[in-house]
Amino acid sequence: MNHYPLWKNLLIIFVLALGVFYALPNIYGRSEVVQTSAIKSQVVDDTLIAEMTDKLKDGNISDFEISIEEDTIITKFNNIEDQFKGKEILDTLSGYKSALNLKPNVPEWLESAGGNAMNLGLDLKGGVYFLMEVDMEQALEDKFNQIRGDSIQILSKAKISKKSLKWDDNKLVIKFKSSELAEKAFDKLRKQLNEVSFKQRTIDGVDAVVGTIRDKAISDIKNKAIEKNITTIRSRVNEYGVAEPIVQKQGAERIIVQLPGVQDSSEIKGTLDAVATLEYRAVDMNQNHNALAIMQSGKPAPLGYKLYKDSDGRPVLLSKRIIATGDQLIDANAGTDTESGGPMVSVKLNSVGAKRMLDFTRNNVGNNMAVVFKERVLSHKDETTGKNVYKEEQTVINNAVINGVFSNQFRTTGLESPKFATKLALQLRSGSLAAPVEIVREKTIGPSLGKDNIDKGFNSVVIGFVLVLIFMLIYYRMFGVVANVALLFNVVLIVAVLSLVGATLTLPGIAGIVLTVGMAVDANVLIFERIKEELALGNTPQGSIKAGYGKALSTIADANITTFIAAIVLFAFGTGPIKGFAVTLSIGILTSMFTAIMVTRAIVNKMYGNKPKLKTLSI
Amino acid sequence: MNLLGKIKFDFMGKRKIAMIFSLVLITISIGSLITRGLNFGLDFTGGTAVVVEFKKDISLDDVRASLKSSDFVDASVQNFGSSKSIQIRFQSKNDAESSQLRDQLKEIITPLDTDVEVGKGDFIGSQVGEELVDQGSLAILYAIIGILLYVTMRFEWRFSIGSVVALVHDVILTVGVFSIVQMEFDLTILAALLAVIGYSLNDTIVVFDRVRENFKTLRKKSPSEVFNISIAQTLSRTVITSLTTLLVLTALFIFGGAMIHGFAFALIVGVVIGTYSSIFVASTATLTLGISREDLMPVEKEGVNLDHIP
Repeated sequence: MNHYPLWKNLLIIFVLALGVFYALPNIYGRSEVVQTSAIKSQVVDDTLIAEMTDKLKDGNISDFEISIEEDTIITKFNNIEDQFKGKEILDTLSGYKSALNLKPNVPEWLESAGGNAMNLGLDLKGGVYFLMEVDMEQALEDKFNQIRGDSIQILSKAKISKKSLKWDDNKLVIKFKSSELAEKAFDKLRKQLNEVSFKQRTIDGVDAVVGTIRDKAISDIKNKAIEKNITTIRSRVNEYGVAEPIVQKQGAERIIVQLPGVQDSSEIKGTLDAVATLEYRAVDMNQNHNALAIMQSGKPAPLGYKLYKDSDGRPVLLSKRIIATGDQLIDANAGTDTESGGPMVSVKLNSVGAKRMLDFTRNNVGNNMAVVFKERVLSHKDETTGKNVYKEEQTVINNAVINGVFSNQFRTTGLESPKFATKLALQLRSGSLAAPVEIVREKTIGPSLGKDNIDKGFNSVVIGFVLVLIFMLIYYRMFGVVANVALLFNVVLIVAVLSLVGATLTLPGIAGIVLTVGMAVDANVLIFERIKEELALGNTPQGSIKAGYGKALSTIADANITTFIAAIVLFAFGTGPIKGFAVTLSIGILTSMFTAIMVTRAIVNKMYGNKPKLKTLSI
Repeated sequence: MNLLGKIKFDFMGKRKIAMIFSLVLITISIGSLITRGLNFGLDFTGGTAVVVEFKKDISLDDVRASLKSSDFVDASVQNFGSSKSIQIRFQSKNDAESSQLRDQLKEIITPLDTDVEVGKGDFIGSQVGEELVDQGSLAILYAIIGILLYVTMRFEWRFSIGSVVALVHDVILTVGVFSIVQMEFDLTILAALLAVIGYSLNDTIVVFDRVRENFKTLRKKSPSEVFNISIAQTLSRTVITSLTTLLVLTALFIFGGAMIHGFAFALIVGVVIGTYSSIFVASTATLTLGISREDLMPVEKEGVNLDHIP
């Protein structure tokens, strides 16, 4: 009488088999590896492997395995110490970058069938975490200026004269002499500038058109700024050499950066949030102008020129006209100048920059050209608003005679140090940030702490699990065995689902699994207690099984759905650890309903279902 | 095996005692929350936290004393996993200041143990902290609303008030314990609180489910008797589930490491309180609101579309 149809049994077996298969990749463990790849188009081949092997052996590391995966060389080590030493050694290869990583040892046949090990969160594998806030003020200001320029152009093209035009408290206020002019301007502006919503007003008796940027346009600007920043930061991270970095948007104005394997946060920090660019400008060659005298007198610079300072604080007069900027740059590499032996950066410009450079140098051989390094640095914190105030720092890093005509490729020499040259080249290559960023959260997890967390988390799961198994076995005997089998499959299914959907396992996630283990037996306890009650009421064993499962069902459903609601809310509103916990908890609720109800029933049916004369149950 | 046998106990008759007991505990909790407050972690306050590993056993008071005589007057010092490692938290405005203060800290504590290792330090801006508080409170609020709606739909409004009273009771007491022992209250503890809500509810719903069923079958009993019988019938399940959950939580508490210590502690406290409240608080509140058999009659077709699952 207690019997599952064949299809149901087959379905259960199929789901469990699938679960076992996709949970399998996780049992092979993980190895400490160093991933080495080319910075540019250097070859990755067997000669390189031989070179690496020699280098590592010279460094007294004997236990390692080297293999090629696509264009990356993976060197597997036996422990963290060797891995760190290995990275230091491999960092000396010029033209290649090396990154620390923890790689699952999944066999190839499993990998090709779509089997993947769970991703480990930063708290389990070690690394650096940054939360960055994008300063949108700058991006908005740029937009204000652009709209201001566009408006002036539209009005002058339509030959509408205005009295004044300015941004006042996020509003574009344009005043006119008459209401007819205002009317005409309103008509033109409204049609051509659809990012702005215009209104006709009279301000202090003067006819005016007032424009405010539409919310949609503002959110577009913010989105663009954050997308551009993410691209820039991602390419900076890639330049730096980090395995499997995560750079993603959080909310409207924040960016999360996770760098597994990175331990020295200070060095990469300076690179990530730097807002720097270069400008090439002509140096004032007029003998009558004395930069030093101008600086000391405090008088304004001659028309068309601006006063700059070099890194030693000496004044330089430069033309206001820019020859080329960092935006027109395609590539930049640090190196050593063959003539002077000093550090230099060789630069390649795009066609626009190249043409301008050619035009300029053609007429100015023998004159000086200066390189201005522009950087936005923190000035101070505004105490009233609590916001950081930035200032633009402009330094002349190079001032040299133009030796000959050049266009798209040239060198900037005379830099202060090789380190500065490397940093500058990296920043130039990865492009500039659309808006300055500020680090609002930083976290470093050491690799040994990560390993410690995995071990401890794993141990506590195993110990807790074994305790529950023992308890169930003693309390429910044969039915306890059934519940334990179901519990085992439950954990396998959770692991399989987490691996399959590519969820990231974090420490709170492990806690979620442990909690699920504790709570998963609840469904079985409910069913078994109900069966006991039915037996006590004098029902037959077969009837008790049927009634027990039947009556407990609505209770189990209600109880699990309410917990599930809580888990979903956690997932929707939580961040970081809360989210990780919510994911495993909700997956656990679903899998435990399946194993505790259907799997146990299938086993119980197989054991007792064909025995109509069953007298007692081992419960 | 049977842990509890057949129980006949007048749970509802003891509801005055239970109510007084709960009220006393709530008063103590709220009192502690007002006077001592919570030891909020970095997640909420913002600032910098640094883990310091000493090579020998070190007393927290020594560390505190040496910090007192410096810029770190308001720094919080506590053990982190072992007696050799401690966590020091202090205020900092931005990450530049954070790393500068960390270097300063290293200088101050090096005289205590020359081999000391000062960790990398975590920094979190205070604005982010404020947002987390807002988000966390919102999450709890929405969870409660969702649960209220579901229980009202499946049962009756008195039950949903009863279950929410129980879970607010559990949250206040658990937070109260954190205030009394001054354990660090961080984001993972908030997650644990939400898990406690889920657990407490799970327990309460099981009892309510039985009450609903018994109202239909035991036609001659008074509401108070129906509650007593239902609680007795589900008691062994309540105790067994709490026991298995506590088993794994204890394993987590002892073997899980410093980072989930607080999390496991919050859940242990929550599960104990949640078990008590599902027996004495939720039912008491529902009964006091005047639930009767007639209130439950229209929901007879419950579970109709679930029948085909097993």
